[in-house]
Order: sequence, then structure tokens, then C-alpha cells
Amino acid sequence: MLQVSGLTKRFGDLSVLDDFNLALPSGGFTVLIGPSGCGKSTLFDVLTGVVPKDRGEITWRGESVPHLGKKSAYMQQKDLLLPWFSLMDNALLPARIHGEDLTQSRTKASRLFRRLGLDGFEAYLPGTISGGMRQRCALVRTLMFEHELVLLDEPLSALDAITRRSLQSLLLMLQSEFDKSILMITHDIEEALLLADEVLVLSQPPMRILERFVLDGRKPRGLSDPQLIAIKEYVLNRLQEELAQ
Amino acid sequence: MRHPRLFSLMAILLILAAWESVCKLLAIPDFILPTPVRILTVAVSQGALLLPHAGITALEVFMGILISLLVALPLSMAMFAHPSIENAIAPFLVASQAVPVFAIAPLLVVWLGYGIASKVLMAAVIIFFPITVSLLGGFKSCDREYRVLFQLMGAGFWKTMRLLYWPWALPHFFAGLKVGVSVATIGAVIGEWVGSQQGLGYLMIQANARLRVDLVFAAILWLSVMGVSLWVLVGLIEKKVITWR
Repeated sequence: MLQVSGLTKRFGDLSVLDDFNLALPSGGFTVLIGPSGCGKSTLFDVLTGVVPKDRGEITWRGESVPHLGKKSAYMQQKDLLLPWFSLMDNALLPARIHGEDLTQSRTKASRLFRRLGLDGFEAYLPGTISGGMRQRCALVRTLMFEHELVLLDEPLSALDAITRRSLQSLLLMLQSEFDKSILMITHDIEEALLLADEVLVLSQPPMRILERFVLDGRKPRGLSDPQLIAIKEYVLNRLQEELAQ
Repeated sequence: MRHPRLFSLMAILLILAAWESVCKLLAIPDFILPTPVRILTVAVSQGALLLPHAGITALEVFMGILISLLVALPLSMAMFAHPSIENAIAPFLVASQAVPVFAIAPLLVVWLGYGIASKVLMAAVIIFFPITVSLLGGFKSCDREYRVLFQLMGAGFWKTMRLLYWPWALPHFFAGLKVGVSVATIGAVIGEWVGSQQGLGYLMIQANARLRVDLVFAAILWLSVMGVSLWVLVGLIEKKVITWR
């Protein structure tokens, strides 16, 4: 579905991406894991067109595009809910911006609110609810886009362990129920192993793929699985080696 | 400090009591420094004289606020949308504040006459700067992540302005407006001093010439009440508008 080849991006003397390649299958859940500052977020910025690429090609469904732009939905680490809008109005933001029929969008948003456990909180302001609920609302807003690809940049990293666990289940639901393809950045190897179909371990900049693990499709997974424990240990060691270099 | 308002009221009463005592102990005549009680008595008993003049000054201030808003709002949006406009206008903006209002007041009276137009413009010149600068600062202070979010949602400049920049900048706008309205009377009164036939500034000049210092102070008291009332009014509107804080 998405093919990235020879992607290169420099900031002055710092080469962040140098001939980076990536292939995403349709309907897959791919997780990028790597050291801080390795260029993961820059990759997303280049893919979405927030910053221009220096070189390389992005191919979407066989067609070369300058960037993904509105072809993907992007959810960042911060929920980025607008504090002056209610949760419902935040969820309706994409519809409002694109001038879509708000009645229809409201019906769709209400269904998502129910599905994500936010039923009854539609009129609340973001400042009055918990971080987990805010993140769920951000997820509703992301789902309001009819995009097949969802880019997630550490969407759960600011949350406590319990909230995080419940939101991980929601991310799995995102893939299965809503038929989305997901490319997610995380620092948490356990999260990667719980959610991903494919885990890509990344190097220090210029970023390249160090290791690639394809995990079986069975989900939800238990972290007591010996194979996952072995992968976790291996990845942690590999990242430590990378940081030591 | 459990009751800050009570504390400030006590401080004001203490200062007034000290003033009253010093005037009485040193037997200072009213035409040099009247006592606070005398000023208050004059301010109330001469209400019929003060009120029409205060009405004129209030009208000048109100129209000055209106004109400054009509200029400041589109100008700050234009400067934000096009930095080249900001670069071109910024020197004039700073110069308009660097020149004392006293220096331009006689010119405005020559150009616009002894009526209220010159006073309205004086007030507008004073109010305009804090509103423009605060609003522009507010627009610029919007987090990059939110701007990226809107960019990725495909929002154009005006939609982003309406849904993001404006609400974001509102607290800055009200901060500037509060500063503006509290100094607005300065512009109007200076204009009245230079040349007018009505208004509290005119009354002060007339009273001063007749050594009615108590009436001068009464006019100052009315001006202070006007300034504080405007400040409180803006604060109340701010609370009504900015509900998410």
C-alpha cells in the first residue's frame, strides 16, 4: 500500500534520513521502535508533508506522490484537543474543516463515542476530563477521517499503565473493526510486541532499519509467550548496542 | 493572604485616612489639597455638573475603543498572515507610541477641530497599540503542533484563523484590551485639555483656573471610576467569552 524508497532528509549537517526504505502492507499494524532522536518523528513529518523531503520517493497504491498529505490520519503524542471546544466539537473538527454535513458526522461521532466509552461526555470540555479520556477523544477525531492509513506518534506515552493498557485494546480494535492500516512509533518494546504485526527496530541517525520482526497475527497476545520474551530481550540488547556506538 | 480584596480595601482606606489626617492636622486649604471627604462630597454634590462632562468623555473613550478595535483586529490578522506587512508597519507602530500624545494633540485639534473627533482619535491612538501587539503576539504564540494538526487536516488560513488562532489569541486580546481601556481616558482628557468646550478634561482646566482644586479632584475621581469600570467590564466579558480556563 505504502512504499518509501531512498528517502533522505538533512537538517544542516545532520543527516536524519539517508536512503531510508519502508514498505507497508494494507491492513497491517507496523511499529517503529528506536532510540530517542533517531528520526522517527521526522519520518512522519516527511511522510505527511509537514517538512519537505530532500530526496527519495513515496509511492501510495502504486502512484508516486510528493507526500501522503490528506491520505493519512495523524495522531500525535499530545491529544491536541482544542480546549474551547467540547469533546463532540473536537471530534467534529475534521468535518467542520472539510465543510461536511455536520448532522451525518455527528451521528458517526456519537457511534464512535459509544464504542470508545465516551458516551455521555460529548458536551464536556477537554480540561475537565482525564488524560485517557482526552486521548480516546483524539482517537475518535482521528477515526473521523475516512483515511485507511493511520500514523500514530507515541500516542500512549503520556498515559499511566492502566489507561495505556485499555487504549492498547482500542488500537487493536482500530485495526480490526475499522479496517485501518497503522504505522506507529513507540519507545515501549512491550507495547510494540503486544500490538504489532511487524516490528521495525531502527538505528541512530541517519535512521535505517536494523531488524525486522514479523509476528503472528494472533491478538491479543500475552507477554509471557517465550518467543516474545526472547524478541524483547534481543531488541533491548540491540538498542543498547546501538546507543553504545 | 486569605482575603486579598479585603486587604487592598484596608490599604486604600488607610491611605485615605492618612491623607485626611495630614490635611486636617496641617490645616491645608482646599484650594491647595482638599481632603478625601471633601473630594467625595464635591464629586457627589456636583453630580449634575460633572455628569454631562463625564458623558462626553465616556463617549470619546467608547468611540476611541471602537475605532481602535476596528483598526487593530484586521491589522493584526493581516500582519500575522503576511509578515511582510508586519515588517512594513512595525516601525510606524512603534513610532506612534514613542511620540508623546501631548505632542500630537494640538495637531489633531487643528486638523479635526474642537469637537469630539480629535479626542476620539487621541483615545484610539493610545488604545490601538496594546490591542494590536497583544493580539499579534497571541496569534504567534499558537503551538506548532496545533498548527501542524490543522495543516494536516487540510484547513486553509481563514478556517485555521477562525477555529484555532482566534480562540487561542483571545486571552492575549483581552489582556491588551484591559491595558487599552485603562489608559483610554488619558488620550481623551489630553485632547480636552488642548482644546475643547466639554468633557471632564475641559472641566478640570476650568476648575483649576478658578482654584477649585476640589472640583479638579472630583473630576479625577470620576475619571478613575470610569477607567476602573471599563476594566471590570472587560474582565466580565472575558470571563463570559473564555469559558475554558
